[in-house]
Amino acid sequence: MTPNTAATAIPLARANQDAVLQRWVAEQKRSAFARPDLISDADLSRQCSEVLSAFLEGLESGSMDTSDLSWERMRSTLRGISLSRGRLGFGPSETVVFVLSLKEPLFSSLQELEPSSRIDAILELNRLIDRLGLFTTEVYQQSREQVILRQQQEMLELSTPVVKLWDGILALPLIGTLDSERTQVVMESLLQAIVDTGSTIAIIDITGVPTVDTKVAQHLIQTVSAARLMGADCLISGIRPQIAQTIIHLGITLPDVVTKATLADAFVTALDRVGRQVVSGPQASPSGH
Amino acid sequence: MDRVPIVKVGKFLLATIQTDVQDSVALVLQEDLAARIIATRSRLVLLDISSLQIVDSFIGRMIADISGIARLLDAEVIVVGMQPAVAMTLVELGLTLSGVRTALNVESALAMAGISDHNS
Repeated sequence: MTPNTAATAIPLARANQDAVLQRWVAEQKRSAFARPDLISDADLSRQCSEVLSAFLEGLESGSMDTSDLSWERMRSTLRGISLSRGRLGFGPSETVVFVLSLKEPLFSSLQELEPSSRIDAILELNRLIDRLGLFTTEVYQQSREQVILRQQQEMLELSTPVVKLWDGILALPLIGTLDSERTQVVMESLLQAIVDTGSTIAIIDITGVPTVDTKVAQHLIQTVSAARLMGADCLISGIRPQIAQTIIHLGITLPDVVTKATLADAFVTALDRVGRQVVSGPQASPSGH
Repeated sequence: MDRVPIVKVGKFLLATIQTDVQDSVALVLQEDLAARIIATRSRLVLLDISSLQIVDSFIGRMIADISGIARLLDAEVIVVGMQPAVAMTLVELGLTLSGVRTALNVESALAMAGISDHNS
């Protein structure tokens, strides 16, 4: 008994390397998971040949633990392929099947082994390839998660502009759902803008907030309180009729917060507070001069 | 021991917290301020905390307490120049200082109190 039953398969697999490779590539082109629209034949053959040679190298090291140092080349090859396929738009199954489909051509190259040792070798190789398949899935998953994380970050930055409407008047048009993390960013950028511009009035416009529940209301109240602590008043505008109803049904009260129907109304109120008002100029003419 | 300087300017008192304060300094400030309000018969106290970067619940309570003490002595406190980080921390701690007036800077606090720099 050898401790490493897969070792018996190494010489045969090496000898048949080219045949295995050809069968593997051919099989992938035929398979239901083939994506000729995403990857060219040349690239596919190159990837297959890289994986196969890295696999045989790992096998020859004698280690059956794919997290070993001796499998490092295999892992980095698979990592590269998985990442590039994730970027190209391959699905998770299509990426994993690429690795798992190595089984058939590899096993059929072992026909010449003695039946008794063949079963053992195939079982061992099967386990190895499964582990490599799992590894590929994990890398694929990670790359996807990174994309999601990056997009979340970008959205946070995109979605919290603080605009100056007039000397001493800021507006914060909120778009999208308000969760704790966003509230934090919104609050920070609003308070910083208050300091930077020396504004005494901030209008928070929630026309673009789809729903207001107790939590969102809580976050709004927090933002208003923080601005008040710094010496700026907040007006809330853009509460839609349905949202007004929801707020009342939920029993939320917005104490000490001035609310206005539209941003325009809030702006007029804000101008009034800083002692200004909008009047039509005497020279205003219809021709636009 | 460190003390927060309290300056009398015309009809009002100006207390400027210069750095992050220890709890003991905050307690001394409460006593000093109460004494100075009586001694100068001031009706207005500006508490300038624009250099304060870090607060905890104790300092937050202290600000509320100072305002309460002043009110008992018939004076009003306006908290001036709170930093964004401080404001956020106090809100997180649930200390919204309701009933305490606030201002962005000393100038707007004076405008709020109806004192311009000419007739003070």
